[in-house]
Amino acid sequence: MTKTITLAHGNGGEENNELIEKIFYKNFKNDILDKSEDAAVIEDGKLAFTTDSFTVSPLFFNGGDIGKLAVCGTCNDLAMMGAKPKYMTCSVIIEEGFSTRDLEKIVKSMKEELAINDAIVVSGDTKVVPKGAVDKLFINTTAIGEIHYKGISASAIKEGMSILVSRDIGAHGAAIFAAREGMELQSNLKTDCASLYPQVKALIDSGIQIVALRDATRGGVSAVLNEWAKSSDVCIEIVEETIPVQEEVRGICEMLGFEALDLANEGTFVLCVPKEYEEKALEVLQKTHLSSCIIASVTLQYKAKVLLNSSWGTKRFLDLPTGELLPRIC
Amino acid sequence: MAKLELKNLYDDFRDGATIEAYSKIIARDAKKLEKPINIMEVCGGHTHTIMKFGLPQLLPKNVNFIHGPGCPVCIMPKERIDHAYVLSMQENVILVTLGDMIKVPGSNGSLQDARAKGADVRFVYSPMECIKIATQNKDKTVIFFAIGFETTTPMTAVLVEQVIKQKISNILFHINHVTVPEVMVELIDSRDVHVDSYNNQIDAFLGPSHVSVISGSKIYDKFPKDYGRPVVVTGFEPVDAMQGISMIIKQFIEKRCELEVQYKRVVNHEGNLKAQALINTYFEKTSLFRWRGLGNVPDSGLSLRKEYAVYDAEVRYKGVLPIAEIEDHKLCICGDILRGMAKPKECTIFGTACKPTTPIGSCMVSSEGACAAYYKYGNLI
Repeated sequence: MTKTITLAHGNGGEENNELIEKIFYKNFKNDILDKSEDAAVIEDGKLAFTTDSFTVSPLFFNGGDIGKLAVCGTCNDLAMMGAKPKYMTCSVIIEEGFSTRDLEKIVKSMKEELAINDAIVVSGDTKVVPKGAVDKLFINTTAIGEIHYKGISASAIKEGMSILVSRDIGAHGAAIFAAREGMELQSNLKTDCASLYPQVKALIDSGIQIVALRDATRGGVSAVLNEWAKSSDVCIEIVEETIPVQEEVRGICEMLGFEALDLANEGTFVLCVPKEYEEKALEVLQKTHLSSCIIASVTLQYKAKVLLNSSWGTKRFLDLPTGELLPRIC
Repeated sequence: MAKLELKNLYDDFRDGATIEAYSKIIARDAKKLEKPINIMEVCGGHTHTIMKFGLPQLLPKNVNFIHGPGCPVCIMPKERIDHAYVLSMQENVILVTLGDMIKVPGSNGSLQDARAKGADVRFVYSPMECIKIATQNKDKTVIFFAIGFETTTPMTAVLVEQVIKQKISNILFHINHVTVPEVMVELIDSRDVHVDSYNNQIDAFLGPSHVSVISGSKIYDKFPKDYGRPVVVTGFEPVDAMQGISMIIKQFIEKRCELEVQYKRVVNHEGNLKAQALINTYFEKTSLFRWRGLGNVPDSGLSLRKEYAVYDAEVRYKGVLPIAEIEDHKLCICGDILRGMAKPKECTIFGTACKPTTPIGSCMVSSEGACAAYYKYGNLI
């Protein structure tokens, strides 16, 4: 570990994992935490439980705001364990001088998103701190959900299975980057920020066997696939051409030197199903997003690795994103 | 007029069938080569393309790449990174630089570490952002830590021009711009008595196209003429790179040694004369610039002209900036890698002590450095 924490420790990639393992897991160690899933499974597999804090700049962005994000993010962690979000707590830390009207706008969008999940806020807390102690507004949400589909796990993936993404990838990361101060990029890009429980419910209701499920937040699809390949000791082979990426996202990636696979999403998940369910799963997912796609298959060629196959016959490994995402120089 | 979409700028240049077709042409032509050839792609952007798209997997065994020194972040010696670090720690200073630069470790840490300790360090995509930052922070001094080759120099020159024209008093410059042809000469014909450049393995150069958009292809005239090395100025998409390689091979089998331009859609012989004039107005050559991994290279750096010294952070903060040169780690072989005498995997600390998260040598620093590209993409080759 480095002597001080840098922004790279919060990127969802390698440094982030190191921080969590060497400081938090080491001290909090227990069997439930060790599973390191999106949400903890408790009470003999009946309930899922998770928490997340939200800091984002700007607070309002094309396609959402920090409030929508705070509800989606936490409810999505539950949905990824096959759980229906039910009860949520909400605590906010507000910087002195923050606009009351903006706060109300943010809380209203939390309300709308809670309705989509059919969940309620049952407890909360507010703190106001002096100017400069936080950047405008931080929100923490914690939620509990009822597990409706058991056995979803990052370590149950086997040779021959198929991997799908629920929609085109990287929209959130690209939209936030374009809106950042200093970028001066104009685009119509909207973040993908959305609650995923309705789609997960549709998959469960149509009788599809779900092996693994994960929303591709920080670290993007790369981070999810790398974690799956390691947890299940398999090789995940992506056909590069099939990865759905919007033109504007690709444009931003080309310009700044990013890979869409590394960009964060807030309403996109990766799904692993046995091959016989791939067509059915695709059909269900495409009802919400036509861009949903089968992107990879599971083999044993290079265990614990993610392999990217190009259309001209070359291959390379896809690594975990490392460091803070920075635009290239020239 | 048909609407030009963003994807038109790259899609066709990544077409699988075209890449495969070039791979076949190269395989056919390479059979006629009398001996194996080593092509140096000077620019880190090319290294990145070559590794990201897996191009070595498509080439015959007698065509090799040597990865050159064209990555502005990688070649920055530690003492200059220390300058950035020290400047960022000065009271009431906002240090502004480009992308990757904030990750590079100096002897006290990187700019990222400085930021974690409270320094105001910002990265921008366009140097012109400095004006906005300076206007919003009138009580602070904005120091632009300028890096890059001929491609980014004009942007810094425009900023200098605007700072003077608009009489902005709180922007200073720390100039680290370097030039491509001088370091190419160093690699094949070093004037340093300690360097045995006769052992360099470079047979031909793939010239970076974006440098020539500014400087024209004329900057490479001397390489075929005086040094017997063909140069093909080449674009950055995989189809460009494959065509560039094919053009070099054709020169060898036809026994030609010329300067050619693959990237004709943008590059001409003279380049952007306006940008060149702007650079000459504000910058002059420094007699020596120390490159990380390569040492002092004559005439390869730029600095602000004497008459603009009031804008020079190196002058203004002279008292606090460290001057001692800092050598690289003894086990690091970046110098040999840059001269084509070794590949990253021959280094004993590659991927073990030296990784992108904890780089020891210059080539591991930015994603465009040879070692970093091998680490990220090359583990199948």
